[in-house]
Amino acid sequence: MNKVIPSAADAVALIRDGATIMCGGFGLCGLPENLIRALHARGTRNLTVISNNPGVDDFGVGMLVRAKQVSHFIGSYVGENKEFERQAIAGEIKYTLVPQGTFAERIRAGGAGIGGFFTPTGYGTIVADGKETRVIDGRNYVLEAPLRADFAFVKAYKGDSKGNLMYRKTARNFNPVMATAATVTIAEVEVIVEPGQLDPDAIVTPGIYVTHLLKGAYFEKRIERRTVRQLQAV
Amino acid sequence: MEKRERIVRRIARELHDGDYVNLGIGMPTLVANYVPPGIDITLHSENGMLGVGPYPLESEIDPDLVNAGKEIVTELPGTSYFSSADSFAMVRGGHIDMTVLGALEVDEEGNLANWMVPGKMMKGMGGAMDLVAGAKRVIVAMEHTTKDGGHKILKKCALPLTGTKVVQMIVTELAVIEVTPGGLVLREIASDTTLDAVKKATGATLHVDGEIAHF
Repeated sequence: MNKVIPSAADAVALIRDGATIMCGGFGLCGLPENLIRALHARGTRNLTVISNNPGVDDFGVGMLVRAKQVSHFIGSYVGENKEFERQAIAGEIKYTLVPQGTFAERIRAGGAGIGGFFTPTGYGTIVADGKETRVIDGRNYVLEAPLRADFAFVKAYKGDSKGNLMYRKTARNFNPVMATAATVTIAEVEVIVEPGQLDPDAIVTPGIYVTHLLKGAYFEKRIERRTVRQLQAV
Repeated sequence: MEKRERIVRRIARELHDGDYVNLGIGMPTLVANYVPPGIDITLHSENGMLGVGPYPLESEIDPDLVNAGKEIVTELPGTSYFSSADSFAMVRGGHIDMTVLGALEVDEEGNLANWMVPGKMMKGMGGAMDLVAGAKRVIVAMEHTTKDGGHKILKKCALPLTGTKVVQMIVTELAVIEVTPGGLVLREIASDTTLDAVKKATGATLHVDGEIAHF
């Protein structure tokens, strides 16, 4: 079994108009940028994209938004992208906001065969409108449904040809949970190794969740806020 | 002292040794600069990290290491990384000792509004709703009034809520206010203000329980 796929274009070739796609990343950190570029090049339209943020105007999911490939966006925060804002105000893109923890847990539930869960998050706010609530041990909870997708694009640091994945620092974020919640999961990595070369105890995403593995051709890894400190003279 | 510095310095005195703390984006982040000597805290960042360190030197920049404000940061010894699902399990599960957030409005019941202004496009709540629902202690860091002097501490929030009955303490440049089941209790006022000035700047009933200290 070898899950390695030769190119990003091959990886997205089966994605049709109207597909639902999960896309890992937090802001621009830990983004499956090669797969996003390939889907942008393919020009697939009417997509539902499930990702924490829609990127910035010209990078990340923002590339798909700017090319008008996204009809519905589901995430927790949509600031930092002027074109997204323009389309949202003009009614050209539909968007659904989900509290970030509920968002992560809905995806986890989707991948873990859980039909829904009660969370305290959002109780008494507009997020709970129209949803079942319940008092459990004296506390108020809101019922939330699982989220799944046709495809998940995930970014990992290292993978082996069986699809086992390891991540690096905060580039992990939503990637492991999204890997579990799609019909087809495509992982792009910086380094591909042979089975046996990853420490089995350090594997975060077991290969069972990964359909295809891609070595990313190019990682820009754009930095959203370049905050640095200076050395102080004494 | 600048208003914001006064607020975050005061909040830093609420930290306990060993606390796991989540600091919101903007002013709350500055609390980390004033941790009192002898107090060792661990900063949680909801994008999947415990052990957030200072901003990197130019030579240390790593695009795979950002905080929840998408700023590049560093890791301290003893850092751990985890997924967003694990991160929010920590938050909702009551494992975070304290979170500090900004607010547009807070009211007498501890209801908080900080994510949505009617008439403006909704940008999203990010992790704020989960943090206020799950952290053991929620402290609001904000200027006491709006730029044109309007009340932000109210009898009842008018804006859409982030959470209901979630705030335990409000710290502004004028006052330290505790939210109790009996209402808002004024614990401290700034050394350069008066009780009357604080009352005038507050759109809710303030109670007193013993001495009002100065800060």
